[in-house]
Amino acid sequence: MKVSKSFLSDYVDIQDINYHDLAEKMVFAGNEYESIEAICDAKNLVVGEILECKKHPESKKLSICKVDLGLEEPVQILCGAPNVGQAKKVIVAKVGAVLSGIEIKKAKLAGMESNGMICSLAELGLDSKYVTEEDKKGIHILPDDAPVGMDAVKYLGYDDETIDFELTANRADLMSVLGMAYEVGAIYNKSVTEPEIEVHEIDGNIEESMKLDVETNACSIYLGKLVKNVVIKESPDFIKTRLMASGIRPINNVVDISNYVMLEYGQPLHFFDADRLGNHVIVRNAKKDETMTTLDGNERVLKENDIVIANEKEAVCLAGVMGGLNTEVELDTKNIFIEAAIFNPLNIRYTAKTILRSEASSRYEKGIDPNRTKKAITRACMLLEKYASGEVLQGMLVHDEANHEDKKIEISLDKINQVLGMNLTKEDVKDVFSRLQFAVEEKENIFVVTVPTRRLDITIKEDLIEEVGRIYGYEHVVGRMPSSTVRKGGYSKKGSDLKCIRERMQSLGLNQVITYSLLSEEESNWFGGDEKESIILASPMSEDRKVMRKSLVPSLINVYQYNRARGIKDVQIYETGSIYYKEDNQYIEKPVLTGLVSGTYLTNSWQGIRVNVDFYTVKGIVENLLQYFGLKGRYHFEVEETMSDMHPGRTANIIVDRTKVGYLGQVHPKRNKQEIYVFEINLEALMTIKTRGIKFKELNKYPTVKKDVAFIVKQTVTSEEIKKVIMKAGGRLLTNVSVFDVYVGENVQPDEKSIAYSLEFQDMTRTLNDEEVTQVFNHIIEKVETTLDAKLRDK
Amino acid sequence: MNEKINVLKKEIKAKLETIHSVKELNELKVEYLGKKGPIVALSGMMKELPVDEKKTFGALLNSFKNDVNTWFEEAKNELEEKELNEKLAKEKIDITLDSTSLPVGGKHPIQMVIDDVCDLFISMGYDVVEGPEIEQDLYNFEKLNLPKGHPARDSQDSFYITEEMLLRTQTSPVQARTMEANKEKSPIRMICPGKTYRRDNDDATHSHQFHQIEGLVVDENISIADLKGTLEILAKTMFGEDRTVRFRPSFFPFTEPSLEVDVSCFKCGGKGCSLCKGTGWIEILGSGMVHPNVLRECGYDPEKYTGFAFGMGPERIAMLKYGINDIRHFYTNDMRFISNFNRKEGGSTDESK
Repeated sequence: MKVSKSFLSDYVDIQDINYHDLAEKMVFAGNEYESIEAICDAKNLVVGEILECKKHPESKKLSICKVDLGLEEPVQILCGAPNVGQAKKVIVAKVGAVLSGIEIKKAKLAGMESNGMICSLAELGLDSKYVTEEDKKGIHILPDDAPVGMDAVKYLGYDDETIDFELTANRADLMSVLGMAYEVGAIYNKSVTEPEIEVHEIDGNIEESMKLDVETNACSIYLGKLVKNVVIKESPDFIKTRLMASGIRPINNVVDISNYVMLEYGQPLHFFDADRLGNHVIVRNAKKDETMTTLDGNERVLKENDIVIANEKEAVCLAGVMGGLNTEVELDTKNIFIEAAIFNPLNIRYTAKTILRSEASSRYEKGIDPNRTKKAITRACMLLEKYASGEVLQGMLVHDEANHEDKKIEISLDKINQVLGMNLTKEDVKDVFSRLQFAVEEKENIFVVTVPTRRLDITIKEDLIEEVGRIYGYEHVVGRMPSSTVRKGGYSKKGSDLKCIRERMQSLGLNQVITYSLLSEEESNWFGGDEKESIILASPMSEDRKVMRKSLVPSLINVYQYNRARGIKDVQIYETGSIYYKEDNQYIEKPVLTGLVSGTYLTNSWQGIRVNVDFYTVKGIVENLLQYFGLKGRYHFEVEETMSDMHPGRTANIIVDRTKVGYLGQVHPKRNKQEIYVFEINLEALMTIKTRGIKFKELNKYPTVKKDVAFIVKQTVTSEEIKKVIMKAGGRLLTNVSVFDVYVGENVQPDEKSIAYSLEFQDMTRTLNDEEVTQVFNHIIEKVETTLDAKLRDK
Repeated sequence: MNEKINVLKKEIKAKLETIHSVKELNELKVEYLGKKGPIVALSGMMKELPVDEKKTFGALLNSFKNDVNTWFEEAKNELEEKELNEKLAKEKIDITLDSTSLPVGGKHPIQMVIDDVCDLFISMGYDVVEGPEIEQDLYNFEKLNLPKGHPARDSQDSFYITEEMLLRTQTSPVQARTMEANKEKSPIRMICPGKTYRRDNDDATHSHQFHQIEGLVVDENISIADLKGTLEILAKTMFGEDRTVRFRPSFFPFTEPSLEVDVSCFKCGGKGCSLCKGTGWIEILGSGMVHPNVLRECGYDPEKYTGFAFGMGPERIAMLKYGINDIRHFYTNDMRFISNFNRKEGGSTDESK
């Protein structure tokens, strides 16, 4: 909402208040603004009188003018505009003036001196929508009575400052200059003068010639007046400049008056050409697929939720949004039917959303003061009488089912102070209500506040508390801490587990990433996503962001590829986030941990140290996490060959007890060309596994006996299988088994491998002797040989 | 005999001077203190002495033996130290050579902000609460005083899945759910961080996915002064000890009164600079007193209970704190961007000092 200072000054005395200060004060009453601007901010422009104008001898276009600027001597100015010959009073930019960033200097044009510039409106920097076709042709011609030497910007009223307010959705009242006047009045404690509404009606009553039928319940007030014999011409300057300052293009006196009154009261009006409208005005819901052509020339197809004004033949106006072309006020219009109405905000909102938004609809959507409708229509009649020679008929078409009563709200001083956390006195509070021009009665310790209908936003006592807070000023609130009982705060189990997991991942060298939850349909089906029912957006913004992800792996691969394209190969990242899917008609969100590692994990080039990420690096990361969760000895890995997006020979399921909690391995080259490894763990499964608390186990004082053994087995036998046999055969005395060598090649058959284990024996109660260790050791060898068809490798 | 000891003394001392290694020293020790050495020979000669001299000489020889042992011990220590020093000198390395690069992980900057805020509020007795991202219209809007057709829904263009289900546009539904689950049983102090979604085109300042952190306190006698005190602590914790906050009245459907909150600019200290656009203040969050309709909808009697709520965007806070100018960085995860954050934060972010 753009509010001009001169316009506002008509209703509240702010002439002496700096408009920037006013804007700042409004901010702290809850009304933000975007900018403060003048229509034209050029300086050094004066009204000049052309005393003499003759053609330049050497130039076809240029004229040489002698111009009186109110100085001692007239100055010579060269002008190229075609209409300079007909001009008497003009706008002159003196030497030193700056127009659109260009300084006007003394110049020589075709050999003749020029001391300034005669200006067009466009050259003043005026928005082109405000420049008439006539004015676009050349310089702007001022009326003959314009005082020579006067500041031309001031003369035109273009020095008027405008604040462009960004209103909050609740303040419908501020979509009018009058509403702004009450707001400013409350801030500065000034009274408000309402616009004059005096009409001299002529003989004859509208009810004799016209009839109104409201056939919808979406119209609470409909008022109609008839004004005859209007003369359509240009508006007076004050109307034009105020419209311009408010962001509305002046058209002609009649159209401008309807806009002007809308700006004053916030009540949209519509003017019909009464002769084209006919004598029967019907307000009704549109019929399904009914069509009409709006003022802008577009044919609109309507639905039953749209409200129209119609005559007996057809719809003539899209109510609250835009008039119809068939009853438009045109240059030959003589008689005008004025509509001032209130329509249901929800219907207008529907129409505005589906068809078109306008100045009128934006006001209707927020709500209109029912006590301004009549004032506004009367004001319009008065202005038409005054500025368009209109003759206003007596009487009015009236449909009025609105509640015109002011609301009464009760509130206690205690409640106000309790919510604001302040210590205001009765007088403080009464002063605020008086500034707002809300009547107050006191009943014992209760204020009974009468809220005028213009403040539709105030319906409950909390709204009144806000009024007190913002007008008295929140800067007076002194901060303190809530004084309720001390209590312990903290994360949920899930929250604190997630935090620990993130810390663990970081300590293992992985960087946290956060990626989008929405994926393309194709990506969402990768990495097992196709096994779950998708959650799909009804109206996505793009195909790339359409389905809620069912795995985080595609997102992490995207991060890898983004970095890889920029030459970064060592990407070690993880994300904790949710996967989303439907199951039994329920929307499921489950937390997962997903990691991606690639490139070099650890390096020192000049020492020849370089640990490239491989399957076992990722396995190490996953095992580290599982052990962190206290699951040592309870997890194992099983070959996974069926996931189509993973390398069939380098993928494993992560099994805890008997449950799969995730998988890890190399990404299939069809999903990523380079060798990268990922893991994804279902955190809900992991977090719900019960584990024992930490308990210290007494240190073993007795020495460890170490023994190494190597077996030759078939390639298909896994290390896990051998280990299981060793562990079982080793019994209580065997405390540790680890692989120290895997060998294929010379001396080993092609379908076989050699795998070497280091074994540790220890007893908690005594030192073991060689004999008993050897006995167990031999038993292990025998068991591995017999169970797995293994051969002891020669030393 | 005494003479013999003196000669021997000189001889040993002289020989010790010429020794350069522990090995040579040990050989020398065997030569003099060994069974076939001169000192043992001297004790053998003792029995030939008369009784009265025997005693004197015995004492003398013993003390000489002790001395010799001490000399050897000292010489050994010296030599060992020398040898160690020589070894260490040989082991000298170029400490300026490149180190072994160990893998280093770090938190995402949004997580840093969320963790900082959560830690602060936990210390003030708040619970960190989570809620679903796929939410019912009922909780995302209706229970928050945003009935269908409410104009304020326009500013939160939503990703709907069905007419009733959508991706939450704010974390406020978690407030509604928490109140509803608690139903006046006990005072509420909670904070809820999480992902939110709106139908915005991604550009430098908009993201269709972003985060929010909201806080809620409901109890008897909660006031705007309590809100201000709480947010002052937040501002100081996040932006430096000297920060102050100010309120600007505003409008949100779920709070009444509603307040925008500015923090004094941490770059210029409030004097006005490019970051605060010359105003000395930076808008960081929205807040207000929980609207009585919301309290009522969620099972609280607004005559008895009041509450405050506030919400902020971790992206915005991270952008301000770390000088990030494009919100898309958070979701692109360029490692060169991410690696800026794998360290702890220094002291204050207060650049005005």
